[in-house]
Amino acid sequence: MNQSTSLIALKTIWIKECTRFLRIWVQTLVPPAITMTLYFVIFGSIVGERIGQMSGVTYMEFIVPGLIMMSVITNSYSNVASSFFSAKFQRNIEEMLVSPVSTPVIIAGYIGGGMARAMIVAVIVTAVSFFFVDNVHLEHPLYVVLTVILTSTLFSLGGLANAVFAKTFDDISIVPTFVLTPLTYLGGVFYSVSLLPDFWQGVSMANPILYMVNGFRYGFLGQADVPIGVAMAVLIGFNIAFFVLVYRLLSKGVGIRS
Amino acid sequence: MNALEISGLEKVYKGGFKALKGIDFSVKEGDFFALLGPNGAGKSTTIGVISSLVNKTAGSVKVFGYDLDTQLMELKRQIGLVPQEFNFNQFETVRQIVVNQAGYYGVPRELAHQRAEKYLTQLGLWEKRDEPARSLSGGMKRRLMIARALLHEPRLLILDEPTAGVDIELRRSMWDYLTRLNKEGITIILTTHYLEEAEMLCRNIGIIDAGQIIENTSMKRLLATLSQETFILDVEASDKQPSLEGFATRWTDEHTVEVDVDKNAGLNGVFEQLSAHGIKVLSMRNKANRLEELFVNLVEKGRQQGTGGAA
Ligand SMILES: Nc1ncnc2c1ncn2[C@@H]1O[C@H](COP(=O)(O)OP(=O)(O)O)[C@@H](O)[C@H]1O
Ligand SMILES: [Mg+2]
Repeated sequence: MNQSTSLIALKTIWIKECTRFLRIWVQTLVPPAITMTLYFVIFGSIVGERIGQMSGVTYMEFIVPGLIMMSVITNSYSNVASSFFSAKFQRNIEEMLVSPVSTPVIIAGYIGGGMARAMIVAVIVTAVSFFFVDNVHLEHPLYVVLTVILTSTLFSLGGLANAVFAKTFDDISIVPTFVLTPLTYLGGVFYSVSLLPDFWQGVSMANPILYMVNGFRYGFLGQADVPIGVAMAVLIGFNIAFFVLVYRLLSKGVGIRS
Repeated sequence: MNALEISGLEKVYKGGFKALKGIDFSVKEGDFFALLGPNGAGKSTTIGVISSLVNKTAGSVKVFGYDLDTQLMELKRQIGLVPQEFNFNQFETVRQIVVNQAGYYGVPRELAHQRAEKYLTQLGLWEKRDEPARSLSGGMKRRLMIARALLHEPRLLILDEPTAGVDIELRRSMWDYLTRLNKEGITIILTTHYLEEAEMLCRNIGIIDAGQIIENTSMKRLLATLSQETFILDVEASDKQPSLEGFATRWTDEHTVEVDVDKNAGLNGVFEQLSAHGIKVLSMRNKANRLEELFVNLVEKGRQQGTGGAA
């Protein structure tokens, strides 16, 4: 496949993926808006008033980047996991398998879909946050954008790997429930890990999501629990590792070819 | 040039079941070829390997000279596949499905839309273009898969049991359409377990049973073979071993002879000629023939499923 045909194929998969989540927007775009509004109301306004400041800003300002990041993670992951799994389930994945689309193009197309949904949700959540925060900081926009991109690609890849192994619809909700949600909560969305005892700070550093939340918070507030360079390096490293994993799985036809 | 060349193809599924036991056959460019066999024979497995949905265990596959192992992408471009089971996204519209498929093959979007109109119209689906696929009837879904397979204008169209579950009228129009495509130069391979369908459409035929090709010949020759029966006659030992006029005759030893008899010709001639040579027939039996048995089976099944009378 030469460059221009690969590009057409990539665009096709991307448009198809975007069409899918836009078609079912009530399931894909509305829930994060509602959930995040609740978080803002409860943690930001009601509880936040009593907490006062965290890391030198109001509690509300502190949690906004974390909550956006949380939406980016869940939405990119579940977009790709459910889309790819349902393509396996309805067997329309075969449409791609019989055609001369290369594996990297398939992966890139799905990442593009996950990223698009994550971005739209991020914009929605950010828009919602404007109702609760008076002065929005945006210290390093470049890092904000970089972190969102790297996080959404990483979790799109994760969702894809999950869907490759999944045999039932239940299998694609196990990881979000038992792995992603706990890691996100423990990743410093609601608190600064500097408040933890040394031991738990050390444990928290093993959580990759901590780096994403903090990279993002750095972009907004100009400060974070980990150096920005480290956060970026961790994100890039995980991206490469997951890409290699997913590429191997798909090339071998794990879960998709008999 | 051969549109398809398969040699020594084997498939062992996970769990150890050997679905293909080393099959060889080829299909010439421009041919209309039937792969006929009962359920479970290995037709879909063979098609799966050719279209790279199933990993082969051994053997080689070439499509218009492109090797499956070394020139996969070029090979894929040559093929349009209509699988046995519906395998599109039920929630996408008819037009989205075909246009996207063209996109995977690198057909520019505008051209894809033009072709979508052309093929959906030919297959009577243009009116339904914006309906989600799940709202189509079974026959329409089948035709949607044919349209989808044509959008990148392949040289080889492979259809896996395209008329299963399609009513008689529709089946006929599908046959006409396939004949027309073939006349326009597309090589067509279809699998079926209806002898009638193969007879109606195809010039050449491969017969597969239990993972083996048991016959690969022209439709004409196959029908000629099927119209004959072979009898084994035990005779009183004789030094004469004459050939019988009008019957293919083979002496296996001095008191056994095999005779091919046309089903309409009757056996009288055989006995008359043997008597004239003074040879006494002691007993006679029908020679068991795997192909024959298979056909009796296939034809019976076809009748039971109501295709026999239709064709
Ligand atoms: N994924 C699979 N795993 C194990 N066995 C299979 C699989 N697919 C098909 N088979 C077996 O292989 C044989 C051939 O199947 P198939 O090629 O579908 O036959 P046909 O299309 O001629 O009806 C059957 O016995 C079937 O049960
Ligand atoms: Mg089959």
